[in-house]
Amino acid sequence: MGSTLDTSGLATPRAASLPRRMGRFNRWDTPWLNPKLLAGVALLLVILLSGLLGRFFWDTDLAFSGKAPLNLPPVGFVNTRGQAGTWEHPLGTENSGRDMLALMIVGAPNSFLVGVVAAGVGMTVGVILGFSAGFIGGRVDDVIRLLSDVTVTIPSLMVLIVIQSLMRQVDLTTMALLIAVFAWPTPTRLIRAQVLSMRASGYVHMARLSGASTWAIMFREILPNLTPYIFASFIGNATGAILAAVGLETLGLGPQRVPTLGGTIYFAINAAALLRNMWWWWGLPTLMLALIFIGLLLINLGFDEIANPRLRRSSQ
Amino acid sequence: MGRYSIGFIAQRLGIFLLTIWIAASVIWLIPRLAPGDPISAMIMRMSSSGGRVENADKIIAGWKERFGLNDPLPVQYVRYMGNLLRFDFGYSLAHFPTPVADIIGLALPWTLGLLLVAVTLAFFIGNFLGAIMVWGKTPGLIRAVIPMFMIFTSIPSILAAIFLIYVFAFLLEWFPLAGSYPLGMKVELSWRFISAVIWHATLPALSVVLVNFGYWTLGMRGMMITVEGEDYIQLARAKGLKPFYVLYRYLVRNAILPQITAFAITLGSLVSGQVLVEYIFGYQGMGNIIFAAITSQDFPVIQGASFMLIVITALAVLIMDLTYPLIDPRISYERN
Repeated sequence: MGSTLDTSGLATPRAASLPRRMGRFNRWDTPWLNPKLLAGVALLLVILLSGLLGRFFWDTDLAFSGKAPLNLPPVGFVNTRGQAGTWEHPLGTENSGRDMLALMIVGAPNSFLVGVVAAGVGMTVGVILGFSAGFIGGRVDDVIRLLSDVTVTIPSLMVLIVIQSLMRQVDLTTMALLIAVFAWPTPTRLIRAQVLSMRASGYVHMARLSGASTWAIMFREILPNLTPYIFASFIGNATGAILAAVGLETLGLGPQRVPTLGGTIYFAINAAALLRNMWWWWGLPTLMLALIFIGLLLINLGFDEIANPRLRRSSQ
Repeated sequence: MGRYSIGFIAQRLGIFLLTIWIAASVIWLIPRLAPGDPISAMIMRMSSSGGRVENADKIIAGWKERFGLNDPLPVQYVRYMGNLLRFDFGYSLAHFPTPVADIIGLALPWTLGLLLVAVTLAFFIGNFLGAIMVWGKTPGLIRAVIPMFMIFTSIPSILAAIFLIYVFAFLLEWFPLAGSYPLGMKVELSWRFISAVIWHATLPALSVVLVNFGYWTLGMRGMMITVEGEDYIQLARAKGLKPFYVLYRYLVRNAILPQITAFAITLGSLVSGQVLVEYIFGYQGMGNIIFAAITSQDFPVIQGASFMLIVITALAVLIMDLTYPLIDPRISYERN
């Protein structure tokens, strides 16, 4: 593979018209139209939009306790007490009268919020630190690399459990920010490695020889090439953040006043919903979270293929 | 043993201590940045979950005195660090005279046993599948089936655990719903007890393996594709070596090394994931005591158990760091 040079592009007549099409060979022949990436984005958009638009069609107050009859199954099913599901609460209710549909509508965007805030903060810090480490080098690099290498091995959930059990009241944003405390090392390492390899590459040498300033090299030459990596690390971070949030919520350490998917699972497990065969109670939030994570995985795989052409070729 | 120098070992030990110090400091610092002190927060939570707490003010004042919360912050910090370093976590609040260390001592072997088995299985299965995904001689059917299992990779282990309990323990009743051995069974070294333990551990281990093997498969596949392009592979093939020999001596041997480094990096999230699985399965490990402690507001146990897991993770990373030069002969740490 490595030795068979790709000469086909040079030999074909297409090469003659190359200068005219220099900008883009074919509008649709871009790696960004990766099927996995698109499928993942579509899946997440559907979940997010049904959460955001659902509020206009469904009463989200039903997500709080005591607003609906207890323990109703979804439409078309019968619970252990012989009650059938009704269209008033199409996805059923749980044992303190929360409507499952309303819980999903409110809970899913909350998970996104935690993911976006934690990943956004973590990634911003990561890009800044990774850039500084890779570009400045020396002592700065040593310190940043050491800190990120060390922090990345800490089981962050354990630290978050202790912190959150000490805090009086945790809201969504606080939880997201706490999660972000551990979200920077991965992007830092990734960006640093990429900056190091790019700094030594031909086009950066060219820019330096032609007298570009350090800032110009950083922001005009290197940063645009980092885009796939920044996106990929954002998605990876968001996955990790939602994972941490779900873990905390299922342990009963999540926000107490806002309905969340993990919190719903916590209540379900605490009330032995598994043994009472109330599958909709734990099953719906589990399914919703699984879909979110599958969407994120597809996006991540797509980015991988965009950033690594060898992978793209071998998957065809 | 010429690969080890005093400097290398000292450096790794330093990183080990730094990891623990950073984790412990973050735990100490962040709650103190938030408004209110930990003791009042604990009482607030108690009263919100269990009705009124009698004489809350007196309890708060007494505990503040006992935990030295009236001392200046640096004094508190030094005392806290000193206690942690001696593994002195105090007494459990929920089971009062029992020291936290005793509670942890009972749960830890279960967690370590499960973790060791599950993680080893995930690592080997994952790397094996990743390798055969790239290898040219693998039947197309197998290559098509592996990616389907990868769906599990994206799902957190806690969700896989709930799903597995429902299907295999509740609906099919093949495996027990909870616990790590039957209630009332004597803990002994007999085949009956060991088989019961294995039977109880199957689903928890399976949820960790299912969720984690795909990570190794993906990483291995990426590495294999890279190694596949190297000249020495072409040379090996041109020499007429058997394809299987090329696979395990040339391809896997080189591709697996970065995987071992990645192992150290993901260990933290593996431990976190398993703790949640143990809680869902009611497995008698650290996950269960942490959850019980959260429910009963038993802060010393929460802190002690979490800190132990952090130390164990750091220790595992240290051991891996120290064995790495033995696995990869190209790496020599003499210079450091």
